[in-house]
Amino acid sequence: MDIYIFGQQWVNGLVLGSTYGLIAVGYTMVYGIIGMINFAHGEIYMISAYLTAIFLALLGTFGLQSVPVVLVLVLLGTVLLTALYGWSVERIAYRPLRNSNRLAPLISAIGISLILQNYIRISQGARNQGVPPVIDGVWRIPANAVDQHFVQITHLQSLIVVTAFASMAVLTWIIHHTALGRACRATQQDRVMANLLGVDTDRIISVVFVMGAAMAAVAGMLVTLNYGSFDFYIGFLMGIKAFTAAVLGGIGSLPGAMLGGVVLGLAESFFAGFVNSDYKDVFAFSLLILFLIFRPSGFLGVPEVEKV
Amino acid sequence: MMTGEVPAAGDAPQPLLVVAGIGAGYGAIEALHGVSLEVYGGEIVALIGANGAGKSSLLMTVCANPPAKRGEIFFAGQAITRLPTHQIARLGIAHVPEGRRVFARMTVAENLAMGRVALSADGSRAAQQEDAAVLQHVYQLFPRLRERALQRAGTLSGGEQQMLAIGRALMARPRLLLLDEPSLGLAPQIMGRIFAALRTIAQAGTTIFLVEQNANQALQLADRAYVLVNGRITLSGSGQALLVSPEIRKAYLGGH
Repeated sequence: MDIYIFGQQWVNGLVLGSTYGLIAVGYTMVYGIIGMINFAHGEIYMISAYLTAIFLALLGTFGLQSVPVVLVLVLLGTVLLTALYGWSVERIAYRPLRNSNRLAPLISAIGISLILQNYIRISQGARNQGVPPVIDGVWRIPANAVDQHFVQITHLQSLIVVTAFASMAVLTWIIHHTALGRACRATQQDRVMANLLGVDTDRIISVVFVMGAAMAAVAGMLVTLNYGSFDFYIGFLMGIKAFTAAVLGGIGSLPGAMLGGVVLGLAESFFAGFVNSDYKDVFAFSLLILFLIFRPSGFLGVPEVEKV
Repeated sequence: MMTGEVPAAGDAPQPLLVVAGIGAGYGAIEALHGVSLEVYGGEIVALIGANGAGKSSLLMTVCANPPAKRGEIFFAGQAITRLPTHQIARLGIAHVPEGRRVFARMTVAENLAMGRVALSADGSRAAQQEDAAVLQHVYQLFPRLRERALQRAGTLSGGEQQMLAIGRALMARPRLLLLDEPSLGLAPQIMGRIFAALRTIAQAGTTIFLVEQNANQALQLADRAYVLVNGRITLSGSGQALLVSPEIRKAYLGGH
């Protein structure tokens, strides 16, 4: 095994995994609070890719030159508008079904997913879209003094990992140290009791959808800047990958989402690097199936709390 | 039918809580059939009845979870029948539900903080001082909670969880405290301590409406009581009177 390939797969896996983790947060939080898999979440991510491109183009026409300023403005705009999509989806498609059986919102989610895909396909066109590289620059870490091999980390890759972990840290802090976060956790543990105590639980559920969409938007922007191209269908694969990450980490667990994301990203990268890159998705979904069969609560999942 | 009528104002003392002809239940099954009762400010009122009589349904209906299908509920003269549950809590009705329902994966201190949600948090110095005073009062009432403040609620014993559920409700500085079977599953000694605490709470000016299967304990504590059988009120009177009533003794107090 060549050490430089090994090192490179660590880098690739970490970058990929941190974006999986960001998107997995949306699945895991929504599942935690209303016990439903939001299958439209991948489309929210897809929409954030389009919004990133639109904001980049918009700021370009205003002639903004400073890269950090552009990035911060694109991030703010993308996160805000994507969060609005997340909020609307919950209001329109899930809230009216709050007290129906579990299957109804699931079907509604699939419907919303198709609607969003086709809305983007029709309004933005079916062809592949792209954004120009905004950040270039690369670090090369020599792996071996004799030959010329090295491990390569682009500046953008390091930005992805740092931003992903910083966003997760902020979210975790909000959930654990603010009154809003406490109300979220209470609603997750016992929605009826939280409501009896005066928590407007419908509002808290909206907040959770907004938080999940915001994290997906951060991922959407970072991945779009990194790959440069996207289409209306990218939400599907990314969505089930992130869902896999959420299951691996233990669905319902916030740190589990990030851990599951990183583990899945690394596993996929190593498989692609050392076994076969064509079958990396097969490998990822085999992991999903194995976990669902043998360890459905994942790494950090909380087993169902028994009601006294 | 007694629906839709606000109790006449001007008459001396106005009840704090009026339940007027309530019909309620889940789905097609009706658990309550036209239940009416009143709770006056400063009173301790008990509702006793066997398992499945509809006692918990009544308390949940007062909190509009789910709302009554028929009848009206008034709190301090205001119709609350169809208000959302969280707004009813914010009017000053605190609920200690059946099974205590503490947030198991939160600390005791966090559980108590959740009780404050019902208060409009204006963040003023005076409000903060009052919050701190209420917390001290709760800790005085149940010193065990202070000792375990940083422990997860799920690790507490049943009695401690009951103390926490009551403490959490008190954090909202409620005008009316609803309690659903506070004695359920507790050792007699702990039960005595809980009931002593309820007496202290009532003396401090909080009105109490409690639902109990343990008729003996409840009737000793209560100023007045109602008996609920199959979703209907069959008897009412002072706690002392019901305690010596042959009917009650036969049905709920072991028959001697």
